[in-house]
Amino acid sequence: MKIDTMHELNVQDVSNKQKVGKIIVTTLLYVFLIFMAIIVLFPFYWMINSSLKSIGEYLLPVPTFWPHRILFVNYIDAFKTANLGRLFLNTVYVGVVSTLLSLVITILSAFAFARLEFKGKNVLFACLLATMMIPGELFTITNYGTVNDLGWMNTYTVLIVPFLVSIFYIYLLRQNFKQIPNELYLAAKVDGTSDLKYLIKVMIPLALPTLISITILKMMGAWNSYIWPRLVARDIDHTLITVGLRNAFTIDPAIGYVNYPQQMAAVVIVSAPLFLVFIFLRKYIMKGVSRSGIKG
Amino acid sequence: MYDTKRQWKAWLYLLPMLVLLAVFTIWPIINTVRMSMLEKYQALAAAGGKTFEVSFYNFKDVLSYNKFLTCLKNTMILCVVTVPVSSILALLIAVFLNSIRPLKRVLQTIFFLPYVTNSIAIGMVFAAMFNIVGSFHGTPNQIIETAGIINNMLGVFGIEPINWINPGSTYGANITVLVIYIVWNALPFKILILLGGLQGINKQYYDAAKVDGTPRKRIFTRITVPLLSPMIAYVVITGFIGGFKEYTSIVGIFGEDMGPAGASKRLNTMVGFIYDALENGRQGRASAAALILFAIILVVTLINLYVSKKRVHY
Repeated sequence: MKIDTMHELNVQDVSNKQKVGKIIVTTLLYVFLIFMAIIVLFPFYWMINSSLKSIGEYLLPVPTFWPHRILFVNYIDAFKTANLGRLFLNTVYVGVVSTLLSLVITILSAFAFARLEFKGKNVLFACLLATMMIPGELFTITNYGTVNDLGWMNTYTVLIVPFLVSIFYIYLLRQNFKQIPNELYLAAKVDGTSDLKYLIKVMIPLALPTLISITILKMMGAWNSYIWPRLVARDIDHTLITVGLRNAFTIDPAIGYVNYPQQMAAVVIVSAPLFLVFIFLRKYIMKGVSRSGIKG
Repeated sequence: MYDTKRQWKAWLYLLPMLVLLAVFTIWPIINTVRMSMLEKYQALAAAGGKTFEVSFYNFKDVLSYNKFLTCLKNTMILCVVTVPVSSILALLIAVFLNSIRPLKRVLQTIFFLPYVTNSIAIGMVFAAMFNIVGSFHGTPNQIIETAGIINNMLGVFGIEPINWINPGSTYGANITVLVIYIVWNALPFKILILLGGLQGINKQYYDAAKVDGTPRKRIFTRITVPLLSPMIAYVVITGFIGGFKEYTSIVGIFGEDMGPAGASKRLNTMVGFIYDALENGRQGRASAAALILFAIILVVTLINLYVSKKRVHY
């Protein structure tokens, strides 16, 4: 090739050029990445910045990039206006109960699919996986009628029971269970250990990271769920936090528009637990997510 | 081969899952198909003893219904714009992240941050950023109290304030805001998947290219993209599936009116259409629309799989 001869002729020159080129390229990479990172972070910064301002300062023609006077009163007002305390309790209750029940169901099913032998196992599993392709809206239409017939409207049950089974979680846990060597199971059988005892003493501890991932995703799901709770639980005793957040801040008749700093304070309050989870449990979320594509 | 007692036990383990699945997944599938085939089906009327004729009326009705076509158009526009934009941006970010050392972890964490957010809550933040407070109707004697941070930033470059989401805003401006928000929201998942794929590529390919003195651009198009193609295909397919189910991002920014005041439902999507029909008690129409949505997702996924089968190198 032509390049080869050129290369031999002025090696020094080319390598210098390459060095300069490399520095320029690396700088450009950083400029692009940092620019994108600023775009990604900006809404978070703006939400916190706005939440600490007075409405007067918020409405300045040229917005301030840091509040002149930091006000925490918006947070207190937001808590009262949106009744966030009650919404918070509702959501935590629904999240905890549905996560616990869902874990039990998922563990039992995944164990049956991973370790037990029964007729039609593979066919059944394939059918379950196939249902994952169907958009959830298709189920909602009938489920809306079903829960109405069951008299579950405006109860905690309606927020918990219809979503206890997740084929994706069963799939995830089954894969994890399958990695546990069969010899362990056979040895336990020889010792006369029952299936259930083996599941609790051996398999659950070994699959703990996956179970933690499932727990986090399920809790986040309850925290972020909007469509279903809005349809079936509209009274204040059962409203979940996202639904309450969206509907609490309408135009304030006293000032003629939405009280934005207060609204942003509520948004910060709702986002805060998610950030805490992100900071402390990022590893588990990323692990669960990278195998799914499902949010919540 | 199968011990009957053990068989019985296996089914016992599966029982809770199967019962719930039968009620909340299997029955809905059957029932949705049934309701979609009954002319103008309404559950309330059916409970009152009314009978409905079997026909394809609901499908024809939905497909010739103006409101549905608006929803279909909005969904399509959002999909066609956001999926390529977010995929290409994510690919660039992932490749760049993979080739740097200092700050890599910090940047990686920042780029994943939007994933763990509430799409309604952050939608409200985007609305605040694009919002204009005061009267802004494009009239000469407009009084703008604050034009919002985005308009202020654009003002630095000499751009007049744009009415993004307020009453009187244009459809194009609304869609632009939605596209920005949806792309922002879609990036973290795509970056995570693509970065995972990049880290799995055998370093020998790059070493060989280095020995040959292959230019960066060529390495990107001839090594990185082909070896990453399964991940790219995955990200594009899940992007389209998510895009066709777009709904909460719009509620986050525009509220349940699905449009600026005075033009409500202008930005409604297919999922929004299904819920509107359901809330109006028109289960037949909702079912037909849900099955059409399912069919579209299925077709788009199959096309994607077909294209990627030709292009993807496994």
